[in-house]
Amino acid sequence: MKRQKLIAYFFLAFFFLCISICTSGKVLAASDPVGTATGKAADLGVDAGTLTIGKLADFVGHNTISINFMWLLLTGFLVMFMQAGFALVETGFCRAKSAAETMMMNFIVYAIGMTGYWICGYALQMGGVGGFASLGGGAALSKEITITLFGKPFGLFGGTGFFLAGASYDVAIFAMFLFQMVFMDTAATIPTGAMAERWKFSNFCIFGLFMSMLIYPLYGNWVWGGGWLAKLGENFGLGHGMVDFAGSSVVHCVGGTAALAGAIVLGPRVGKYNKDGTPNAIPGHDIPMAILGTFILAFGWFGFNPGSTLAGVDLRLAVVAVNTMLASAAGALSAMLYMWYTTGKPDPSMSANGMLAGLVAITAPCAFVNSISAFIIGAIAGVLVIWSVYFVERVLKVDDPVGAVSVHGVNGIWGCLALGIFADGKYGAGWNGVEGTVRGLLYGDASQFIAQLIGCLVCFTFVFVSFYAFFKISDLLVGIRVSKETEIEGLDIPEVGALAYPDFQTIVSSEL
Amino acid sequence: MKKIEAIIKPFKLDELKEALDKIGVKGMTVTDVKGFGRQKGHTEMYRGTEYKIEFRSKIKVEIIIQDEKVQEAMDVIADAVKTGNIGDGKIFVTPVEDVMRIRTKERGEDAL
Repeated sequence: MKRQKLIAYFFLAFFFLCISICTSGKVLAASDPVGTATGKAADLGVDAGTLTIGKLADFVGHNTISINFMWLLLTGFLVMFMQAGFALVETGFCRAKSAAETMMMNFIVYAIGMTGYWICGYALQMGGVGGFASLGGGAALSKEITITLFGKPFGLFGGTGFFLAGASYDVAIFAMFLFQMVFMDTAATIPTGAMAERWKFSNFCIFGLFMSMLIYPLYGNWVWGGGWLAKLGENFGLGHGMVDFAGSSVVHCVGGTAALAGAIVLGPRVGKYNKDGTPNAIPGHDIPMAILGTFILAFGWFGFNPGSTLAGVDLRLAVVAVNTMLASAAGALSAMLYMWYTTGKPDPSMSANGMLAGLVAITAPCAFVNSISAFIIGAIAGVLVIWSVYFVERVLKVDDPVGAVSVHGVNGIWGCLALGIFADGKYGAGWNGVEGTVRGLLYGDASQFIAQLIGCLVCFTFVFVSFYAFFKISDLLVGIRVSKETEIEGLDIPEVGALAYPDFQTIVSSEL
Repeated sequence: MKKIEAIIKPFKLDELKEALDKIGVKGMTVTDVKGFGRQKGHTEMYRGTEYKIEFRSKIKVEIIIQDEKVQEAMDVIADAVKTGNIGDGKIFVTPVEDVMRIRTKERGEDAL
């Protein structure tokens, strides 16, 4: 009892001491509880009396660029987290017997892709971009390899920035590397979903390098690195050239098209199609996991799209962020309602695909459209993804367990075309070196739509042919598909040597 | 002694347990099982495509009981789990030679 009393007295005394300190004027004088007094000229290390306008402007410039750096890096970190979203969506839509292997692909693609992109991917993509205005630097990336066709220069790929070494040892170039690298890795992780449950892990590893070191950087250069698609406006009068704000084509269509090529070369999973060609559903083992992954992706998209302003001081990012979330809601809603109406149940996995489809579709136009257009674009995406899933499964007879081809490929194209239709002329002054703002078909610039169409055609054709050839050749060299026994048993033990759920008995009796 | 195995609809387990408690059944073993009878499988929809569930989920309840209580137990089980629809399940009865309670080594009906 005595001890408890002592403790009680002690706390009472401490409490009164705290109150007396809090109310004493002396302590308050040195603190700034509201925040308005923090940050003065003295913090710049200069005397306000002798400060020149030029020096002051330098400080403002440094601050502006710093805000842009912070924005770019923070949104880049958000996009990095999308890797977790992809891992959960893809694994949730696959079966328990291959869950560890599916996770392992989604996990290690981050490391493989980054390594390849650091070696040469970034250099090929951005090596000729000539600098980043919003980051106040990067001029060392000055070498674009071009050829001349029709009397105009066609930029093909960059030639500086390998290993981020030499003149590329620069803060702006490093910051942009982080941002571009996580975008590239998004594209690289898309095919792991469409090709899941039958793709040889070793083949996948080689794919990761091919994507990050060559194919993604090339198309990325053509649209974002100052290459020939970006110059379609300057050279041929087609709108502002191919415009893709955050990567409907560069990231999603590239990933989705590679996924299609891969899934075709691999063939469907054992048991997916009956002898008469009708498809069987193969339910995913963890829908809650897939829904969680969808939410993580939607969260990461706040980095993907708003971050693509490349500048925290470009306040258009508020419009970008709101358009992004509106399109995601519209996609999820339209997909859910469509499934509810046509099948009787609001299918969770298809609704999740609908949200992702809306996000993919708004990725290119998010900065150029108003909120009503954003909602329409997302709503169309939500139905388009379902039609596409049916088309891929029932007409093309291609087995895509997670709907990656439909979500990323088809809606990536839809997003780029949507920009060419709905861009309202409020934003994008001087984009790709063309005067005026970006306008779509409905706002008086049909040539912008043509540029988008060309961009999409080039994307699909180039990526599909490249990856079809890659997968065919790599099949001859190292093999692309696991044995039938491995596939029926599940890829976990044969391919990566670890079961996802060793404590649970998973009955593997039939081909399903 | 007899063993009664009842294959029942999963959501009827609580009612079955209560009914068997009332007639003095002291223990039971419950297992999740899959199978089919006349009900066969059924089709489900996933991402807009139908698929067949060939084996339905059921619960198997096993009890060991004195010979004279078998008829009563079977009636109680049937009354408790019956819905009148196809797929209500079946009850199997088989003879049991002996029982031992491991803790005390009691044998036969004393061990029940």
